[in-house]
Amino acid sequence: MSNLQTKTREPFLRIVKRDGMKAWQSWGIRGIALLVALIICALFVYTITELNPLSVYGSMAKGAFGTTRRMWITFQDTAILLCVALGLAPAFKMKFWNIGAEGQILVGGIATAACMIYFGEILPPWLTILIMVLTSAGAGALWGLIPALFKTKWNTNETLFTLMMNYIAIQLTAFFVAKWENPIGSNSVGVINPDSKGGWLPEIGTNPRVSPYILPVTIVLALTVFMFFYLKNTKHGYEISIVGDSENTARYAGMNVKKIVLRTMLISGGICGLAGFINVSGACHTISEGVSGGRGFTAIIVAWLAKFNAFVMIFVSLLLVFLEKGASQIASDYGLNNEASEIMKGIILFFVLGSEFFINYRLIFRKK
Amino acid sequence: MKKIFALLLVLCMATALFVGCGTTENEGTKLKVGVILIGDENEGYTYAHIKGIQDAVKALGEDKIEVIWKYNTADNTDAAYPAAVDLVEQGCTYIFSNSYGHQSHVLRAAKEYPNVKFVAVTGDTAKKDNLANFSNAFNATYQSRYVSGVVAGMKIKELVESGKLTDKNYDENGNVKVGYVGAFPYAEVVSGYTAFYLGIKSVYDKVVMNVSYTESWFSITAEAAAAEAFIADGCVIISQHADSTGAPSAVEAKNKAGTVVYCVGYNIDMLSVAPTAALTSATNDWSVYYTYAIGQALKGEAIATNWSKGYADDAVGITALGTSCAAGTAEKVATVEAALKDGSLNVFDTATFTAKAADGVKVDENGKVTEYLADIDGDFVGETNVVKNGYIDESNSDEFRSAPYFALRIDGIIENTAAE
Repeated sequence: MSNLQTKTREPFLRIVKRDGMKAWQSWGIRGIALLVALIICALFVYTITELNPLSVYGSMAKGAFGTTRRMWITFQDTAILLCVALGLAPAFKMKFWNIGAEGQILVGGIATAACMIYFGEILPPWLTILIMVLTSAGAGALWGLIPALFKTKWNTNETLFTLMMNYIAIQLTAFFVAKWENPIGSNSVGVINPDSKGGWLPEIGTNPRVSPYILPVTIVLALTVFMFFYLKNTKHGYEISIVGDSENTARYAGMNVKKIVLRTMLISGGICGLAGFINVSGACHTISEGVSGGRGFTAIIVAWLAKFNAFVMIFVSLLLVFLEKGASQIASDYGLNNEASEIMKGIILFFVLGSEFFINYRLIFRKK
Repeated sequence: MKKIFALLLVLCMATALFVGCGTTENEGTKLKVGVILIGDENEGYTYAHIKGIQDAVKALGEDKIEVIWKYNTADNTDAAYPAAVDLVEQGCTYIFSNSYGHQSHVLRAAKEYPNVKFVAVTGDTAKKDNLANFSNAFNATYQSRYVSGVVAGMKIKELVESGKLTDKNYDENGNVKVGYVGAFPYAEVVSGYTAFYLGIKSVYDKVVMNVSYTESWFSITAEAAAAEAFIADGCVIISQHADSTGAPSAVEAKNKAGTVVYCVGYNIDMLSVAPTAALTSATNDWSVYYTYAIGQALKGEAIATNWSKGYADDAVGITALGTSCAAGTAEKVATVEAALKDGSLNVFDTATFTAKAADGVKVDENGKVTEYLADIDGDFVGETNVVKNGYIDESNSDEFRSAPYFALRIDGIIENTAAE
C-alpha cells in the first residue's frame, strides 16, 4: 500500500500543450471538424425528419446560391457581416473586448439615415454619400472611443462598458424611429426616399440582379485588404499585437499604450459605423432597432474563428451567412422551422470551435 | 494552409449545389402564390394565416396551386423586399404579406414588378397608393371582439347577481372593473377594445375598462405583468390584443388561487393554458379572404384593392365557450351573431356610447358622436367623416379601407399611457 503513495501512476489520458503546429495541419484539423459536423448534421436531419440529408444540404445551397440575385444577396450579407468583423479584429487582437459592435453599427446607421432623410433629396449624390461615410464612421468611432477613454483614464471594464453602450444605441435608434416615423404613428420609418432613391448607394451596371450589390461588396473587399496589411505589415499593427500580448512589454518598449488603445478603438468603432452605413444606405434603406440583426455579436465569432486573419474572415462570414440563408430555404422547402437550422448551425460551430482544442493541445494516452 | 479550409468549404457547397439542381422540377402550369410571414406555425397570428391559406388551397384545388412560404420575415427591417423579389424570381404571380411593417417594402417591390399582384394584409395605404397591382385586406375583427365582449358581459352580470364581487371590484361610481392588455395605441387596437367594451355594455351597463399597452405584439412577460397589475387592482375580466398566452396564464394562476377573475383571449383558443379562467377568444378565419383572393387569381380576375368581411361572410368568430361561462351565454351569442350577420346590429352604434368633443370629433348635447374624422389614407391624420345613419361605419372596404380606422376614445375606457 505504501508503495502506491510514492509511485505516481501514469494517468490514462494526459493533455499536453502543443506548439508550432504547421499551418496546413491546423487547417486540416479544422476542415476535418467541419466535415464531421456536416456528417452529424446529416444524421440529425435524417433521424428527426427522415429526409435525405443531401437534398436538405442541396436546398440550403439553393437558398444561398440558387439564383443570381440570391447569390449576390448572400455576397452582400457576407460583406456586411465581414465588415463588422474587420472592425472588431484590431480591438480583439489588442485584447480590448469590444462587445459593442451592435451599438456602433446602429449609431452608424442612424447617422446614415439622418443624411438620407435630410440631405438625400437636396445635395448631389456624391456629396451625400461622402457626408454619410464621414458621419457614420464618426458616429461609430465615437461610440467606440467613449469606453476606450474610460478604460485608459479610470481602467473601467471595457466588456461591460461596450455592452452597455449597445443598449443606449438601441434606445437611441428607437428614439429616432419615433422621430422619423413615416407615416406618423406607424412606429416605423419605412423605405427612405423610395422614389428619388436619394442617399441610396449607387448601383453599378444595369443588371438589376447584380448591380445593387456590387458596391457594398467592393467596398468591404477593399477594407479587407486594407485590414490584412494594416494588422500584418504596419507599425500600428505591430503595436496592437504587442499591447495585446503584454501591456508591460509595450510600455517597456516605449510605446504609448493609452494612445494605441484610443486610436485602435477609433478605427474599430469607425469600421463598425461604416458597416452601419453600408447596411442602411446600400441594403436596408430604412432604420430600426432590428437592422443590425445581431451582426455585432455574430461578427465576434467570425473574428475569433478566423484568428483575426482578414482573408480567412471572408470564408467564415460566408459560412455563417450560407447557414442562415440555407436555414430559411429549408424552412420553405421542407417546413423545417428555424429551430432546426439553428441546431445545425450550433453543431457546426461546436465542432469548428472545439477543434481549436486539438490544435492547441495534444492528447497522450497511457502506453500499453 | 487556409486554402485547404477554403477549398473544403467550396467543395461541400459545390456538391450541395449539384445535388440541389436535380430536386426542383415544377410544372409551369400551376398558379404560384408567394407568402411572406412574420413568424411561423409556432406563433398564433401567423398560424391563423398559414391555416387560412392551406384551407383555401384545399378548397380551390391543390393540383392547381403551388404555395412558396417565406417564414420569419422581420417587419422592422427591409427583409420583406428581398423576400418578395425572390418570390417573383421563383415565378410567383401573387404575393401576400401578413404584417403591417412589411407594407412599405412590399410596395417597393410592387412598383418594380407591375405584372405581379401584391397584397399587404393588415396594410392601409393601397387606397392612397393607387397602384393596379397593390391591395390591402383585413377582417372586420371588431365584430368578433364585440361578441367576445358579450360573453364577458354575461359573466359579469352573473357575478354581480350572485354577489361574488367585493368592493375592490367596483370603482367609486359602482362600475365593475375590466382590464385590457393592448399592444400599441393604434386604430386596430382601439377599434378592438372599444368593440369589446361595447359588447360588455350591451349586457351589463355599469362597467369601466382600463387599457394598458405593452408596446410589443408578442411579449409573454409584459402581457403577464400587465394582467397581474389589473388583477391586483380588482379587475374581474382581462382581455387582450397582443399575441401571447402571457395574460391568460397569469389570470388562470390567480383564478386557481381563489381570486374572482376571468379572461377573454385573441386569435387562439386559450382553454389549453387557462382551462377554468378562459371564457372564449375572438378569432379570424383567414381562409375566407385567401379563398376569395386566390380564387380571383385562378380566374384571372382582379383582387379588390381593399377587402374586409366580418360575420356576414364567416370571416370572424369566437372560439369554443369555456366551462366557466355564465348560463345562457351560448343562446345570447347566437342571437347577437345572427344580428351581426343580417346587419340589424351595428357595433359602433352612436346611441350606445358617449365621447368628448375633440379635434375631428363632434358631439351633441348628450355626448353622442355626430361626426368623427377617421384616417382613411394611411397618414395617421383623420380627414374622412365615417359617421352615418347613426353608427360609425368601421371596416367599410368598399367606401373607405379594409384596415381598422376607428381610433375614437369613448367615455368609460381609461387608457393607461404612463408606460409610453
